[in-house]
Amino acid sequence: MTLLATQEPLQGLVFVLAALAATAVVLTRRPLRQIVVNGVYGLVLTIVFFVLQAPDVALSMLVVSTIAYPVVVLAAIARVRARRRRRERT
Amino acid sequence: MSRERVRGLIALPVLGVMGALFVWAFTGIHGFGDFHGAYGLLLDHIVVPLRHSPNVVNPIVFDVRGVDTMGEEFILFAAVLGTVLLLRSHGREESEERQLDRTVDAVESDGLRVVGVLMVGFALVVGLWLVAFGFQTPGGGFQGGVVVAGALVLLYAAVSFRAWHRFANEEAVDPLEGLGVGGYVVVGLAALASGLPFLQELFSLGKTGTLFSVGSLPVLNLATAIEVAAANFTLCIEFLNQYALRPRTGR
Amino acid sequence: MGLLPYLCAGWICLIGLYGAITSRNLIHLALCLTVMQSSTYLLLLSIGYVKGGAPPIFKGVKLGTKAVDPVVQSLTLTDIVVSVTVVALILALALDAHKDADSIDPDELVGLHG
Repeated sequence: MTLLATQEPLQGLVFVLAALAATAVVLTRRPLRQIVVNGVYGLVLTIVFFVLQAPDVALSMLVVSTIAYPVVVLAAIARVRARRRRRERT
Repeated sequence: MSRERVRGLIALPVLGVMGALFVWAFTGIHGFGDFHGAYGLLLDHIVVPLRHSPNVVNPIVFDVRGVDTMGEEFILFAAVLGTVLLLRSHGREESEERQLDRTVDAVESDGLRVVGVLMVGFALVVGLWLVAFGFQTPGGGFQGGVVVAGALVLLYAAVSFRAWHRFANEEAVDPLEGLGVGGYVVVGLAALASGLPFLQELFSLGKTGTLFSVGSLPVLNLATAIEVAAANFTLCIEFLNQYALRPRTGR
Repeated sequence: MGLLPYLCAGWICLIGLYGAITSRNLIHLALCLTVMQSSTYLLLLSIGYVKGGAPPIFKGVKLGTKAVDPVVQSLTLTDIVVSVTVVALILALALDAHKDADSIDPDELVGLHG
């Protein structure tokens, strides 16, 4: 697996994928969809860090983008929506 | 033309100039793969005999660059302090018990509840393993701390808010966070008190590859793990309370 | 291949900045800031890469095998975990602004008061 990760075309492809995923995250305007795309971007970055021979960094990126970010951002989105719905009712 | 589009059009030339500056800067860096910085390559060779730890990155975080990591822990502490101050000042409307009765978000499927609760224990063990073996294999206080906090949030995701709320006690977690940050500083001060430089290792370096090695690094690792886990847990408590419990003025 | 990783990192930084400038939603803004931060991680790790290098873990591996730079990895891994709490602080500020201004659009923010 490490031999495969050091092949040049594969490394180049992974970097281009990361750039495309970042563009997708920014161009998704609605926060609920954006957090899902952000999770995918985190996984793509984990693969990039693995290709760059950095297992500690890959581990921390994986853990943060699948556990910490979704909880915090989804709770904030739900709070904003609940307030908006209550204001529309009154 | 909408304001957003005008702003985008004005931003494009500026971003183009920034892009040109980036390209000019990147042509001055060595090509990809040609790294010849002296410090990094030297550390690869000397950290294992010097610090008796197979994972080179962990002693760099906690030992070679120990003072930097102490600063980062204080950033973490300050950010969580700010978040908690902002979110707790929103106040509470009714008593929490009546609100909990009205929050209906329990997970219905029994299979999901069972599997989720079993996974909580498993995830907790994985997180603690990552913390403990951080300086033998990839891992460490930072990664393991987030996994431990995530294992506890899984209780909310797999069961219901009531079960989580009874368990997620803010008053118990706050001192743990202070313990983590303070523990790090105390280890450094203890070294100072015995006449060595700040954060010099107190215990013996031990045998490479065992858990009781690398001086006082296991203690620093543990302090960081406690702090990161408590900080992430506090953040999750605060944000989930924002979602499920309503604030005072009904706004 | 010589410059491709650096150019990708630069592109990610610029697109994150563009998203932050043209954002109509404070939560979208916070996530664009995280995209900008991730571009710096990519740049740091690409600079430290050694061609044909192994990860800097020497458990069972002979000392002296070519390994990549460990210093940039240590910088990046602490930064990733700390940036979560900073983004949480930004989101808490956004929630506070939403409470006062009744809108999550950055253009319609009123002054915050304690």
